[in-house]
Amino acid sequence: MKRTVAGLVTVLVAALGLTACGGGSGGDPLAGNNSGSQSPSDTITIGSANFAESQLLAEIYAAALTKAGVKVSKKLNIGSRETYIPALKDGSIDLIPEYSGTLLQYFDKNATATSADDVFAALPKALPSGLSVLDKSAAEDKDAIVVTKETADKYNAKSLSDLAPHCGDLVLGSAPEFQKRPDGIPGLQKNYNCTFKSFTSLDADGPLTVAALTQGSIQAADMFTTDSTIQKNGWVVLEDPKFNFAAQNVLPLINTSKASDTVKKALNAVSAKLDTKTLTDLNTKLAAPDKPDASKVASDWLASAGL
Amino acid sequence: MTWVFDHLGLLGDLTVTHVYLSVLPVVIGLIIAIPLGWAASRWRPARAILLTVSGLLYTIPSLALIVILPALISTKTLDPINVIITLSVYTIALLVRSIADALSAVPGTVVAAATAIGYRPVRRFVGVEFPLAIPVVVAGLRVAMVSNISLVSVGALIGIAGYGQLFTNGFQLQFVTEIVTGIVATLLLALVADLLLQLIGRLLTPWTRVGR
Amino acid sequence: MNLLTSWLFDPTNWSGSTGVPARLVEHLWYTALALLIAIVIGFPLGALVGHTKRGGFALVGAANVLRALPTVGVLTLVVLLAGIGLVPPIAALTLLAIPPIMAGAYAGIQAVEPVVVDAARGVGMTEREVLFQVEIPNALPLIFGGVRSAALQVVATATIAAYVGLGGLGRYVFDGLALHDYPQMAGGAVLVAVLAVLVELVLTGVQRLVVSPGLRPVRTSGGIQR
Repeated sequence: MKRTVAGLVTVLVAALGLTACGGGSGGDPLAGNNSGSQSPSDTITIGSANFAESQLLAEIYAAALTKAGVKVSKKLNIGSRETYIPALKDGSIDLIPEYSGTLLQYFDKNATATSADDVFAALPKALPSGLSVLDKSAAEDKDAIVVTKETADKYNAKSLSDLAPHCGDLVLGSAPEFQKRPDGIPGLQKNYNCTFKSFTSLDADGPLTVAALTQGSIQAADMFTTDSTIQKNGWVVLEDPKFNFAAQNVLPLINTSKASDTVKKALNAVSAKLDTKTLTDLNTKLAAPDKPDASKVASDWLASAGL
Repeated sequence: MTWVFDHLGLLGDLTVTHVYLSVLPVVIGLIIAIPLGWAASRWRPARAILLTVSGLLYTIPSLALIVILPALISTKTLDPINVIITLSVYTIALLVRSIADALSAVPGTVVAAATAIGYRPVRRFVGVEFPLAIPVVVAGLRVAMVSNISLVSVGALIGIAGYGQLFTNGFQLQFVTEIVTGIVATLLLALVADLLLQLIGRLLTPWTRVGR
Repeated sequence: MNLLTSWLFDPTNWSGSTGVPARLVEHLWYTALALLIAIVIGFPLGALVGHTKRGGFALVGAANVLRALPTVGVLTLVVLLAGIGLVPPIAALTLLAIPPIMAGAYAGIQAVEPVVVDAARGVGMTEREVLFQVEIPNALPLIFGGVRSAALQVVATATIAAYVGLGGLGRYVFDGLALHDYPQMAGGAVLVAVLAVLVELVLTGVQRLVVSPGLRPVRTSGGIQR
């Protein structure tokens, strides 16, 4: 027993000693996490966030660019925006599908633009130099607070304003980053005076959130409006009259130096043809029981859209 | 099943990464554990320190160490070197004790006989003592190998490649087939590795097979 | 130093329902529950096979296969099939704790010297008395070794349970990752490491109290003859 304690003390002291000399120099171990390999100058490296739709959009961009003769490599499923923006900044990825509203709020926490055009106009100024956005598509996938039909009926709630006085009785579930995002917990409190009883960290509109809402361990969830699960379960998307969630048009975020004319033309053509209904349909196809690859769903759609 | 055949390329890539991340630490661990185990078998104070430290390092959960290492050695969290170091430490911690015990268990008479014939210490270690310890070492290696193969998958939760990606991706897409494929692949890999290690152990100890 | 400790030394992280004490209790609760169920299932199986000396090969084989199962795979599979909540992750954790407990019980009991067991039967003890009053007490070191090994594995794996929405200390690791907050990630990892070491120390202490002194390995001053 004495020896074990002595050993424990030795290890702790050693560990503290190591941290003293190791911790200072490296900086943030999460920063530039993807710079294992820089994107080669003749290739566009496409990244995606850690949810299915982002992967689908990345595959669509990849297929369109390949068709246009551009060399493409993929680094999918990187993580949340907090994780992949540093990768864009340090050049490990060049292109990623984005959503105009949350992108704007990530770089400008005080942004007030909420309509599609206002948000798009405000983006160039907010983005750091070296990054730019291309044309926006009509397709929108917004965050929304979703409740079950029972909850909506119970509080006679059609919008967030209706639900606000009752938020304190409900548990909200979403991806961990929702706690800190401007349109997340802070935004709901600011715009609607809605403070939930507690928050459960789950995933970005993934299986955990869906299961939790179905089972009732959370009563409200932040989900994505193009997710067909909402309709399938008869859930209610609460309206957002105060525009807590700004317009979320899908658009490409790209490393300006890699945005050649060919690239711009190909991606803008995709954005022109992409609308919300198409995106929702593609998501449904992706979630089919036999789970087709996102790349296949992407190339099939490109073919049928004549791109 | 068709999913597996359609994705053989992906499975191949993941297998290569997974094998690299689980086998390399075992090799590194073995190389480092042998001299440490020998020191522990020779000198009592060394034994005390080495065994308690390795016992404690073995106790620390691997995911915890993989996450903490970047702060200690200034790497990035996605750097595979974190997994390699963590699993090597784990392997060393596991092997030092078995090697120490195995070397201590070599009968004194055998050692004395070897010295009497004229074996110098190094030759004696390589030619007599260590070979007698091989069965125990191989047993330890098998445990370390199987554990490592399972642990590499844990790395996928913070973004590291390997079979673990089949689990995280399959989970996200709610795709049971992909997860099951990952489990089967991991089991197969563990089985193959285990059989190979047993084979190597048997090849290195011909005297255990003699006289049936 | 700062990266590993800045989050830990921030007092706001130690209070409230998401604070360290609350998460610690959750983590211990999952561990204790899984261990308890694993003991209830694994110990009788191992003990029975060890006592009757039949089916040992199958038991060891089963334990090895269970041990080779990738924890993340089992966890995600069980959750996909059975939904989230407490039960599926606990089921996965229990599955991982069973092999060491079962193998420890089996190894311990079947290794009790046949002379001792014979003597017990000789003085007229029933099979049940032999098992409970002779074999199990003699097998305690190995049984305990199995429980300790299982406890360590479960404490470690309970960290991963946070990936499928559970609480516990792993919550800090995954939230930290999503929020790109390394100090939180590292804080969670350090807490898990310390907890594992503490659990090991406590169980070693319990073992020393429970196991009969007659079974402790004798420390000779012999050593190696060189």
